[in-house]
Amino acid sequence: MKDMFAACSFFGLLLAAGSYQLARIINRRVGREICNPLLFATLCCCGVLLLTGTEYEVFYENGGRVLEFFLTPSTICLSIPLYKQFILLKKNAGAVLAGCAAGVLAHMAGCVLMLVLFRMDGAGYISLLPKSITTAIGKGLSEELGGFPAITMAAIMFTGLFGAVAAPGLLKLAGVKDPLCQGLAIGTSSHAAGTSRAVEMGEIQGAASSLAIVVTGLLTVIAAPLFAGLAG
Amino acid sequence: MKYLHEAVIIAAVTFAAEIIKFFIPLPVPASIYGLILLFVLLKSGVVKLEEIEHVGGLLLELMPLLLVPASVSFLTVLDTIQEVLLPVLIMGFVGTSAVMMITGRAAQALVRRGGKEKKT
Repeated sequence: MKDMFAACSFFGLLLAAGSYQLARIINRRVGREICNPLLFATLCCCGVLLLTGTEYEVFYENGGRVLEFFLTPSTICLSIPLYKQFILLKKNAGAVLAGCAAGVLAHMAGCVLMLVLFRMDGAGYISLLPKSITTAIGKGLSEELGGFPAITMAAIMFTGLFGAVAAPGLLKLAGVKDPLCQGLAIGTSSHAAGTSRAVEMGEIQGAASSLAIVVTGLLTVIAAPLFAGLAG
Repeated sequence: MKYLHEAVIIAAVTFAAEIIKFFIPLPVPASIYGLILLFVLLKSGVVKLEEIEHVGGLLLELMPLLLVPASVSFLTVLDTIQEVLLPVLIMGFVGTSAVMMITGRAAQALVRRGGKEKKT
């Protein structure tokens, strides 16, 4: 069956887009969001690949690449909500900076805790440091500091997926009701994947989350080398 | 041809971002350069919001779908990740939750205080 998939240039595209749309249809039928489209599509794709013994490369070459191709322009377009909400963000510049800084520090502290608790080896610990930021910065940073980029990538993806799925529930639990703060929280903790959810929650959330990706990315690039020094 | 016009502008910004990335050797993705570049273009009025709104909105709406291949690529690192699986999982669930809640609360404390100051 995998030879057949390898010959179909629309296999990956249809599998990803089809399962994504299926989740949306299920949600519309039920009347509320019971299955997150990103999570559902990821599970469907992984399931089909594992069950049919198809390699990831086949999925990627036959459609996955096309989807990923549009990720850069899509991320660039996050400047649209940023532009629309600029006055609000500028007015709250202090909250933006302090929120992102608090998040980055909390994350670094968590990594140090993991280092001590699990007696992790240095490279493994360093691989965790950039896990809350956008993949491309995180991967580069991990390489630069001497971590395992593959682990960083996996941790980033996992973080983003979890953030995108759990954001509304977690924010409700923490009593974060202000749309600006919701956006900052999502962007700081779970980068672009979380932001894709923030955009769905509202324009202010989307704008704040987009800004948080940039601010958190910069803060992490500054803070991670300092914390990487702790790996003995 | 409205959509083509919009698509060309967005493609041009993406291309410019890739050129910037080529010349600046930092671990920063082209998308972040592009995000800043497009923001500057919008702010300075070189590009009007109406000129990119529809295709831009479509791209934003599709973003979670565009992330599916990256999420699925998790399958390729299943072997390497096993030795650090527990810390990665803890940081993924607990760490991400904690960071999200702490950031939200910290920002909210400041936004509220800012709000009060203005009233007095």
